[in-house]
Amino acid sequence: MNDVLEFWGESLPTLLDGLRLSLEVTAACLALGVPLGLALALGVQSKRRIVRAVALAIVEIGRGAPALILLQFAYFGLPSAGLALSSFTSATLALAWTTGAYTSEIIRAGLDAVSFGQKEAAAAIGLSRLDAMRFVVLPQGLRVSLPPLFSFAILMLQASSLCFAIALPELVSQAYVIGSNSFRYMSIFVLAGLLYAVICIPASLAVSLLERRLARHTV
Amino acid sequence: MTLEIVRSIASGIPWTLAVTLAAFAIGAALGAPLCAMRFSSFTLVRGLAGALTLFLRAIPPLVWLFLIFFGLGFGYLQINPFEAAAVGLGLIAAANMAEIYRGALASIHHGQWEAAFALNLSARHRFLDVIAPQLLRVALPSGASYAIGLLKDTAIASTIGVSEIAFQAYHTSQRTFHSLDVYAIAGLLYILISLPMAWATRWADVRLRARVAR
Repeated sequence: MNDVLEFWGESLPTLLDGLRLSLEVTAACLALGVPLGLALALGVQSKRRIVRAVALAIVEIGRGAPALILLQFAYFGLPSAGLALSSFTSATLALAWTTGAYTSEIIRAGLDAVSFGQKEAAAAIGLSRLDAMRFVVLPQGLRVSLPPLFSFAILMLQASSLCFAIALPELVSQAYVIGSNSFRYMSIFVLAGLLYAVICIPASLAVSLLERRLARHTV
Repeated sequence: MTLEIVRSIASGIPWTLAVTLAAFAIGAALGAPLCAMRFSSFTLVRGLAGALTLFLRAIPPLVWLFLIFFGLGFGYLQINPFEAAAVGLGLIAAANMAEIYRGALASIHHGQWEAAFALNLSARHRFLDVIAPQLLRVALPSGASYAIGLLKDTAIASTIGVSEIAFQAYHTSQRTFHSLDVYAIAGLLYILISLPMAWATRWADVRLRARVAR
């Protein structure tokens, strides 16, 4: 047991470096993906058919294709079309696509939850469509979407582990390198798993708390 | 050329389906006792089930697969990539299926329990004849949507060498250098497989929900 703890002590700094990169990729893909999700949520409800079709295609491909395939498409595929991206950039773009596709559904559900009377009232007091969206529908709809968006963010931190496949030195890649050098795969992956758990378990408990808090005021 | 690429990637379909099916079967089976544990009258059992669910869902699937394939595989027991993928994804599926069962259980009207009590049915018959048939009808559609998600999760089995679609795509792209087409085709293939599953789910949902007491 002491032996394992010592090994963990030696490996922890490297794994924490990896974890930081995992968190950076997650933050970058969320920063890009959630606004994309909002745009797509509005896009699939657009009056123009072409906008609707494009938004729907982006959403369906982003949700239908595995994140791993999108990652490899960006990292291995795009260079053959003359666009070589670093592993961090391609990871961010690919995971942002996934994020945009899934969050658009979450946000759309939130916007749909705003009662129709609110939109009618906004129109009745003479707000333009844009203002009605900005000041009436979005603030209420996004509040409903908040807990599932946080849950999704936790899932994206887990999905960042897929970047192992495109040689991004994040947590799992670092653990894998240490494992293949020391052949102590069991101990190192247990430690890596614990690091994910230390972040994800409190985070998901906090989300369910938030969910209960927000639900308290709904009628 | 394109036809050759398609054929080469499509050779992974049976493995993708096999991993999905095996993992789902493990998850659907183990999810039931895990769900039952959460309703236990012993605090310890309840706590254990809750902790198990949290841990299974908090650690990324890739880490579970590596833990099982490399961790257990190096020196503890003989395990091949397919078994490791099925067990790893199956355990995560168990945690998620347990939650689905729990949600379904909560959605069954409590009058159903009361009526079963009033008819003096034994505990076994109350569950098997009254609750379980409705439970399955409510849980099946959500279970099926979960299976569609699982289908996409099986792509990570390629990292431990299960020769499914993503694995074939990787090797085809290394061989032909047509990476862009290869991964586009692989992505489309996953979408094509999940479409009929999604239609079947929607159809089953409408059919099954009509036969649950409200």
